[in-house]
Amino acid sequence: MRKVAIIGAGNSKFGNRSDVNIMELAFEAVKPALEDAEATAKDVEFMALGSTGAGAWYAELLPAIVTAEHCGLTGAGLVRCEAACASGSAAFFTAYSAIATGQADIAMALGVEKMREIDTPTTMEWIGRAGSYLWEFHNFGLTFPAYYALYATAHMARFGTTEEDLALVAVKNHKYGSMNPLAHLQNRITVEDVLSSMVIAYPLKLFDCCPITDGAAALVLASEEKVKELKVDTPVWVAGIGYASGTANLSRRQHYVGLEASVLASKRAFKSSKIKPDDVDVAEVHDCFTIAEIMAYEDVGFCKKGEGAKLIREGQTEIGGKIPINLDGGLKAKGHPIGATGCSMIYELTKQLREEVERNRQAPMKNYVALAHNVGGTGHYCYVTVLKR
Amino acid sequence: MTYMPSLRSREIKIAPQTPISKISPFWEGLKEGKVLATKCRKCGKLYFPPTPDCPECLSSEMEWVQLSCEAEIETFTHVVVRPASFQHHKPYTVAIGKLKEGVKVLAWLTGFKLSEIKVGMKVKLAAKTTPEGELTYEFVPP
Ligand SMILES: [Zn+2]
Repeated sequence: MRKVAIIGAGNSKFGNRSDVNIMELAFEAVKPALEDAEATAKDVEFMALGSTGAGAWYAELLPAIVTAEHCGLTGAGLVRCEAACASGSAAFFTAYSAIATGQADIAMALGVEKMREIDTPTTMEWIGRAGSYLWEFHNFGLTFPAYYALYATAHMARFGTTEEDLALVAVKNHKYGSMNPLAHLQNRITVEDVLSSMVIAYPLKLFDCCPITDGAAALVLASEEKVKELKVDTPVWVAGIGYASGTANLSRRQHYVGLEASVLASKRAFKSSKIKPDDVDVAEVHDCFTIAEIMAYEDVGFCKKGEGAKLIREGQTEIGGKIPINLDGGLKAKGHPIGATGCSMIYELTKQLREEVERNRQAPMKNYVALAHNVGGTGHYCYVTVLKR
Repeated sequence: MTYMPSLRSREIKIAPQTPISKISPFWEGLKEGKVLATKCRKCGKLYFPPTPDCPECLSSEMEWVQLSCEAEIETFTHVVVRPASFQHHKPYTVAIGKLKEGVKVLAWLTGFKLSEIKVGMKVKLAAKTTPEGELTYEFVPP
């Protein structure tokens, strides 16, 4: 296997992007990624696209094709990857593999999602169907917040995690979101704001949930030979990728206090990268809901199972703490354009490792190691990507 | 938000017909007030939701067995913001219960006030026909 580096990264403004269609939104990530890499669209031999809403929450059915045409990538090998909310990471893995196996020297991972072209109840319907439509949606109308609420209830009952603990995650992520010009939500909030917001699916309230966001992110990847040939100043190397999956039916899971797919994907990522949780300087974890971030601390291995709430209470996941997490605002404040999220996490970590983010949200670097944990569905898919400068 | 011009796409109506011929005994069972699971004749594993094919040993030799319906709540939520096709329902409570036989079931939980529901609570699983004539199952007070 060949070494693979990220040599270019681009990220659109996240938010309600009713000013652009899916192609134009992709362009806002692809162009800066190519400029950052000092490459052209014609240099890209293969492009993997992460997007989940094709034909459902936006009208185009073949997003890889229409975005490639719009961005001058036609002719490259194309594929759309679906791993629900981890589609962006799956696209990254696909582009990585194309280079690692020697099939391509320059490849792109593009994540793009337009989620606000349909009404909110219909969005809730589509996303609620993700899992087991037949057994968990058809008769019971589960929503995405409700699936995670099932985990929140169990975690609270088992470990004494409180609604205040969950709120602390939202407060932290909004704080960093307020420092990130790309973030959808840039307002700072208090624990009281979270606790008094409307219940969406008990015990989760509005401010426990990520917003419905449009956005795109793109990464240009290259082989070691290409990195040398192009004299790239600060390549960010892919140290390892771990992946795993969980059952479609939540009723077939062993327990509801963590995601087994996260545990397994993290173990595999650490093993393949020969890196330990303690070596990580900065991480992005999948915080579609506040409980998801607390479970991720435990499942990735930043603390023991059941101690996630303690980590947030002690401020260990802020800058200055043991492991700064979601310094771009996370899915919670930056937003969660489903298929774009994985690429956007890796965009953020690339900038963090290159020490190029806004100064007040730059993590201090010791080992120059970063980790992205991206869950698809409710622990249905998981990809963990370890990067090293 | 400033006004942004947009083009309304042509409308399509989507309602796929999911085949249930291989699991029809389950739906027949509900009509008779029974909740059925499948058990692999080869490896002995019990499945809920029922499946005609065993993911454990890939055998398709399954038998239908009736569940005891004695369950304990493992977790629950109360869904306030509902999806489009559930707008006509009042907010509902969904729970996952573990049955005496070891399998788990996800279903609505009715007959309790939200404040009364606790993890570990004993409930009963019951087959049900809705007023609209749809077959389903739910957790109710024991
Ligand atoms: Zn079997």
